[in-house]
Amino acid sequence: MTTRVITGNEAAAIAAKLARVQVIAAYPITPQSPVVETLSAWVESGELPAEFVTVESEHSALTVCITASTVGARVFTATSANGLAYMNEQVWWAAGARLPIVMCIANRAMAAPWNVLNDQQDSMSERDAGWVQLYCRDNQEILDTTVQAYRIAERLNVPVMVCYDGFLLSHTVMPVDVPSAEQIDAFLPPRTDPLQLVDANDPRNIGPVTLADPRTDADGVARPGYMEFRALHHGALLEALEVIPEVDAEYASAVGRACGGLTWEYQLGDADVGLVAAGSLTTQLTLAVESLRAEGVRVGVLGIRAYRPFPAAELRSRLAGKRLAVVFDKALSYGYEGPIAADLKAALHSAEKPPVVFGCICGLGGRDVSPKDLAGAARRAIADADAGVRERKPDWINVRPEGGAR
Amino acid sequence: MTRITELPTTEYVLPGNRACAGCGIGIALRAITKALDGKMVMTVPASCLTVLGGMYPTSSVNVPWINVAFPSTAAAAAGAAAGLRAMGKADDMTVLAMAGDGGTGDIGIQALSGAAERNDDFIYLCYDNEAYMNTGTQRSGLTPHGARTTTTWAGKRENPKDLPRIMEAHNIPYVASTSAAYPTDVYDKVLKARDIRGLRYIHMNTPCPSGWSFDPKDTVRLGKLAVDCGIVVLYEVEGGVFHLTGRSAALAKAGKPLTPVAEYVATQGRFKSMTAESIAEVQSWVDERWTGYLERERTGK
Repeated sequence: MTTRVITGNEAAAIAAKLARVQVIAAYPITPQSPVVETLSAWVESGELPAEFVTVESEHSALTVCITASTVGARVFTATSANGLAYMNEQVWWAAGARLPIVMCIANRAMAAPWNVLNDQQDSMSERDAGWVQLYCRDNQEILDTTVQAYRIAERLNVPVMVCYDGFLLSHTVMPVDVPSAEQIDAFLPPRTDPLQLVDANDPRNIGPVTLADPRTDADGVARPGYMEFRALHHGALLEALEVIPEVDAEYASAVGRACGGLTWEYQLGDADVGLVAAGSLTTQLTLAVESLRAEGVRVGVLGIRAYRPFPAAELRSRLAGKRLAVVFDKALSYGYEGPIAADLKAALHSAEKPPVVFGCICGLGGRDVSPKDLAGAARRAIADADAGVRERKPDWINVRPEGGAR
Repeated sequence: MTRITELPTTEYVLPGNRACAGCGIGIALRAITKALDGKMVMTVPASCLTVLGGMYPTSSVNVPWINVAFPSTAAAAAGAAAGLRAMGKADDMTVLAMAGDGGTGDIGIQALSGAAERNDDFIYLCYDNEAYMNTGTQRSGLTPHGARTTTTWAGKRENPKDLPRIMEAHNIPYVASTSAAYPTDVYDKVLKARDIRGLRYIHMNTPCPSGWSFDPKDTVRLGKLAVDCGIVVLYEVEGGVFHLTGRSAALAKAGKPLTPVAEYVATQGRFKSMTAESIAEVQSWVDERWTGYLERERTGK
């Protein structure tokens, strides 16, 4: 283990190298590009013995990962925003084909209009595609989570997106403990036992047309229909609720550091208000908590690491007895509200005396959000709750009247 | 040139599949899989070939086959090749991408062009049945002038794009044009391509009874007629050197006029709205191309 001062993108590249990926395919897009530039240099120099396919688009980047993974290789790619959107068809394909692909997302705002800065609309918009989605709060988590993602993916045969905020983490240097190759080799053995078999001596037709209902094969054995495959896939995502914390614990034994499993908290135990978010915003929220606590407001942070599968039971348990949860989303389901806020409300529906949930929309297109802004939004939410408000439109943090918005 | 009686007897396309009666793909796929002796992995996009391959959990082919998304056939082959290379298995099997004309020349051309520019190591075979046949005969960029499709009811107004020429422009080591009506020509070209490294592109005219409106018994006859008319030209470009092959080479050598396009047009329902004028237009287009091919045959360029 050595400590290095590196960007989030470097942390992701180092993680891919430590995972001994065999095939990398990627297409440039800001703010992800440095990840694959770094990997490309290592492949060229021979430092990383892998195939690097310089594809002509993101659609092909994920395609190369899909078939390389199908034939049994460990694969890696990374993208952002419109690159992820351009992959969308293959995002679904990778998941439906049950391939253990790991893809880093340097989160960036979706065009139009063009904007290269951070929010989480890109990956949040892919939440239903059947991937595990993990969000990182700092560069250390990017490294640790990317390595862990291979364990999770290969245990469950589902792809994993490791999401981290563009520029805020991707281009910001921080001290990161880099595990040794021996430590990671002990934690992450080479990929074995692929779900699919590509062998001329035992040929298979992989991913053919599959009808809704089960059909019998040539030996008269009933095989799943499309809907059974979907149920199995969903089951794997639900199983990830167990596997993600297990893998985090295994990582802790191998490397001496954990990321918190599905969710983590900061000063939430005695709090009666929980501030909920995913990604680097949670680090900001810990600073907001400091100032609010100084005023005597009992607040804490509830950080979401696993957004899919959604850790509903754990969130219910962590928020049990709280009177208010304030959710900070860097994404929006237009015409409704922030995705985490909506999901949290649904998760708390069955709780006994559930807390009131208020959503906030912040940081879109890289709009700066300071701990002071977050504390201000928390105060407004607390005041609304104190006034007996139970349902409220999202609070758009720092949207300015002079910009034409109300 | 391999004779039909000399083809290997092992069959990799199993008896009984979901392709239409008279489908040219079925004839060719037997020859293709024989040429590779089943030591292959295919990438197949949504297309007639998917239908031929069968529905889960049964399969009509006895070779590894990966179904892939429509635009992704070439990138999928590149990925399979990279994966096999990374795992030290690249020598065990040939990667064969196989897609239709729409999947190759329209939605798939970006990924194919990228793979060709990188000279990725696989064979790409386009079975050109001249429209989106699997989705119900909509026009593609390779549908011929005058053909009625379900999106060109009065007949397509444009000539098809010349995909093998586009592939030649990528300077890949092997480009060939063949026809499903000549399975031994298909066999020989796949066999030759097998032993070349880099991207090898084979364009295969593939008569389609349902989409072209002809009797399924006439698939081979019409495929051969297309060659006799010069609408389809059999050739190879190996290391940049052009030469006609098979029937096209024989026609060039004989030096006699080609069969008139009108004879070919008369055999298919899809051309029934063509006027004498539009047939003449196609004839002059074909003549001009044939002159070009003869010149290429003469110079080798």
